[in-house]
Amino acid sequence: MRKFWCAFFVFSPIVAIIYSIISSMVPSLGWWFPGASVTELGQRIDNLFYLILYIITAVFIGTQVAMGYVLWRASRSKDERSWFSHGSHSLEVIWSVVPSVILLFLALYQMDVWALFRVQAYFPKEAREAPVAEVTARQFEWRIRYPAPGKKLQLKPQSDDLYDVNDLHVPINRPVMIQLRSEDVQHSFFLPHLRVKQDAVPGQIIPIWFKAERQGIFDLTCAELCGWGHYKMRAQLTAEREAEYEAYLKKLQADQNYDGHATPSAVAKKDE
Amino acid sequence: MSAVGVAHEHGHEQEHAHGAHGHHQQSFMQKYVFSTDHKMIGMQFLFTTLLMLMVGGALALGVRWQLAFPWTNMPIFGPLFANAGGQISPEFYTMLFTMHATVMIFLVVIPVLAGAFGNFLIPLMIGADDMAFPVLNMLSYWFMIPAIACFGMSFVYGGAAAGWTSYPLLSELRVAAPSSGPAQTYWLLGVTFVGVSSMMGSVNYMTTIINMRAPGMTLFRMPLTIWGMFITAILQAFALPVLTAAGFMLLFDRFAFGGWLEGIHTVFFTPAGIVVNNAAPTVGGGQPLLWQHLFWFYSHPAVYIMLLPAMGMTSDMLACMCRKPIFGYKPMVYSMSAIAGLGFIVWGHHMFTSGMNPALGMTFMVSTVMIALPSAVKVFNWIGTIWGGRLQFNTVTLHCIAFVSMFIVGGLSGIFMAAVPVDIYIHDTYIIVAHFHYVVFGTTMFGVFGAIQFWFPKMFGRKMNESVGKWHFLLTYIGFNGAFFPMHMLGIAGFPRRYADPYIHPYLEHLLPLNQFITISAMIMGFAQFLLLGNFVISIFNGQKAGRNPWNANGLEWSAPSPPGHGNFDIPPVCYRGPYEYSNPNRADQDFWMQTDPNRGPKKPAEVVAHGHT
Repeated sequence: MRKFWCAFFVFSPIVAIIYSIISSMVPSLGWWFPGASVTELGQRIDNLFYLILYIITAVFIGTQVAMGYVLWRASRSKDERSWFSHGSHSLEVIWSVVPSVILLFLALYQMDVWALFRVQAYFPKEAREAPVAEVTARQFEWRIRYPAPGKKLQLKPQSDDLYDVNDLHVPINRPVMIQLRSEDVQHSFFLPHLRVKQDAVPGQIIPIWFKAERQGIFDLTCAELCGWGHYKMRAQLTAEREAEYEAYLKKLQADQNYDGHATPSAVAKKDE
Repeated sequence: MSAVGVAHEHGHEQEHAHGAHGHHQQSFMQKYVFSTDHKMIGMQFLFTTLLMLMVGGALALGVRWQLAFPWTNMPIFGPLFANAGGQISPEFYTMLFTMHATVMIFLVVIPVLAGAFGNFLIPLMIGADDMAFPVLNMLSYWFMIPAIACFGMSFVYGGAAAGWTSYPLLSELRVAAPSSGPAQTYWLLGVTFVGVSSMMGSVNYMTTIINMRAPGMTLFRMPLTIWGMFITAILQAFALPVLTAAGFMLLFDRFAFGGWLEGIHTVFFTPAGIVVNNAAPTVGGGQPLLWQHLFWFYSHPAVYIMLLPAMGMTSDMLACMCRKPIFGYKPMVYSMSAIAGLGFIVWGHHMFTSGMNPALGMTFMVSTVMIALPSAVKVFNWIGTIWGGRLQFNTVTLHCIAFVSMFIVGGLSGIFMAAVPVDIYIHDTYIIVAHFHYVVFGTTMFGVFGAIQFWFPKMFGRKMNESVGKWHFLLTYIGFNGAFFPMHMLGIAGFPRRYADPYIHPYLEHLLPLNQFITISAMIMGFAQFLLLGNFVISIFNGQKAGRNPWNANGLEWSAPSPPGHGNFDIPPVCYRGPYEYSNPNRADQDFWMQTDPNRGPKKPAEVVAHGHT
């Protein structure tokens, strides 16, 4: 039985490691990140994730091997008595100082990315000066308000603002800032493919920025419990080229100005 | 030492009193129901929490059923509960995970550690004949009953459905969660009652440990279990008032009185102009983030309240099972204290994405990352304890090893959450769920299962069945890891928590089979608990009889009869040495040396001077 239990406690971390390796190496399983990050900042977040992952994997293997070894030794002990020891001062010092240095390094090493992501003074200037849209979360949808083409987003809604629901369009290859609000309870703006997440807090306007570097339609979901329909807040982020983005805004404007008489495209012409 | 002197006198007084007590028969009510005996109260807590463990587990299986087989009829419970023809509706699902967490945290993990084992072990291990305040102790159990009743009422009204964190405004404005109405109010009252119960326990434990230790039981001769309980009691005393206050603030925010009471309707957490469900805009000037700060100021220390006693108990069990002194007793004590101290300044790591000042994110990150240090020291010391020991693989040992092994996983995965930029992505995904289940179930509950086996002979005078215990361990361990390890991968894939149907999102569709695997593992784990319950109940009546000290352990509790009578010790204990003198070479005839053993060993003092006073 002793052999069985020793093997059991050695075997289970091995299974865990094999399973993790398979998950990270076989993307077709979908048990890892949903693709490489669409933003550069997201890639840096992923790199920090991998840095932590490598360190903790080393610690995990180290501690589990040590544990397996002492277990095997202790279960096969032929000595009449255990080793009488109350501990070792030098070992305590070593295993307090070494991890604390590693941990402190890890904490300080994260600061840059956090500052870039969240501290407004570090936001790219062009994004900070002209937010592209205001996203208002409500039970259970995302309402999006764009300024009219050529205008700047104002704090209060303007008569020529453009509206859409559950489909946020942004241009690629330039940093964009979004004003995030909540109309009712707390929500969280989560773009898994961009590694962006920010809670929408009632009563607050929270700016977020990102720079999509790839065209595509990405999932936008809610990551903070907001009621029974929390799971239903399914929306999308459409990242597209500048020209397509402008065309989209134009079409939105045309549809919004449609008075029921002229054909929508004619209205669009008139506006130009 | 004055404390010891006082304890001594007090002990004598009590002993006389008990001499007189012993003769008159206690009624059934006095003995088993409204008992002031710490052992009976501990067992009352233990029975209650084991029952609640099954309730909480059933709720979890409901959650798992929906995630594995969405919108299909739930077996067994389907006809009982659900309002949609046996299906789990999204409202019901929200209630399920809210109440699962509530029951498990407030009615299982916290009371099983502090309530059951704290009560049972503290007086026995420090050599007191009861708690300092026996009536207060009884009340601390009986305040759990209204708490359970309130949570029960919450079920009747459809169940609180704002998550166990109950963030306003969802938990505050009735229109925001129409199904939760009075349920949320009852939930808050229930939490308040649990708080009162914990606070009574906390005051009692601190007083008892400070004032009622047996002669010779200095602070650094206390078993680590007692250190764990002591630090936990301090944590509760400092953290709980904040939650209670926050709970009342939320209650007053929720109340809409009429007449002269109208002024009581407060707006602590309500900002102005919030329109929920097309209701009239709110009037206010409050701040919802305030609740998060207050809530986590309690609930993060609460995580350590749910962990430290189990760490202490495992240290005691592991030393006994390895027949070896604990490796680094004082570092163990200091690291528990460090965890408790740092535990008060890390609450903000639950709020990295909440929109609080980003500078706070940085400070909280540093403190949170640093709390991994004392945890690491503890793990190294546990491994050091096994190192060079003579191990017997009984059920207790298995649970202890699982405890350390699972704590390594849970502790390491916590570093991802502590690092703010990484937390941006993984916050509120399943990697968080994996992490805290590894800590709260994998670590604490394995510790508790081990502790049940270990102290069962002291509670009932009989041993639990070993082979059933091993099967229970094996199935729980396999089921647990099968259920929770893959959740790390779900989290990395961006799978959010608390989704009634995640598969409507294109990037999550392919994760259904993995979730089905998790659910099957969770079922194995859940049903394995019937083995524990069966073993527990049957062993009370049919277990192998155990003497005073079936494990050849050192603690004071093992010098009392099994089970100890009213007043605990037939001989007032005196403590002569630390609790971990296993395999001491100065004791040639046996490999343990009880704390109460007056035999001071051979007169060659080298070893004694070196180790006797640790």
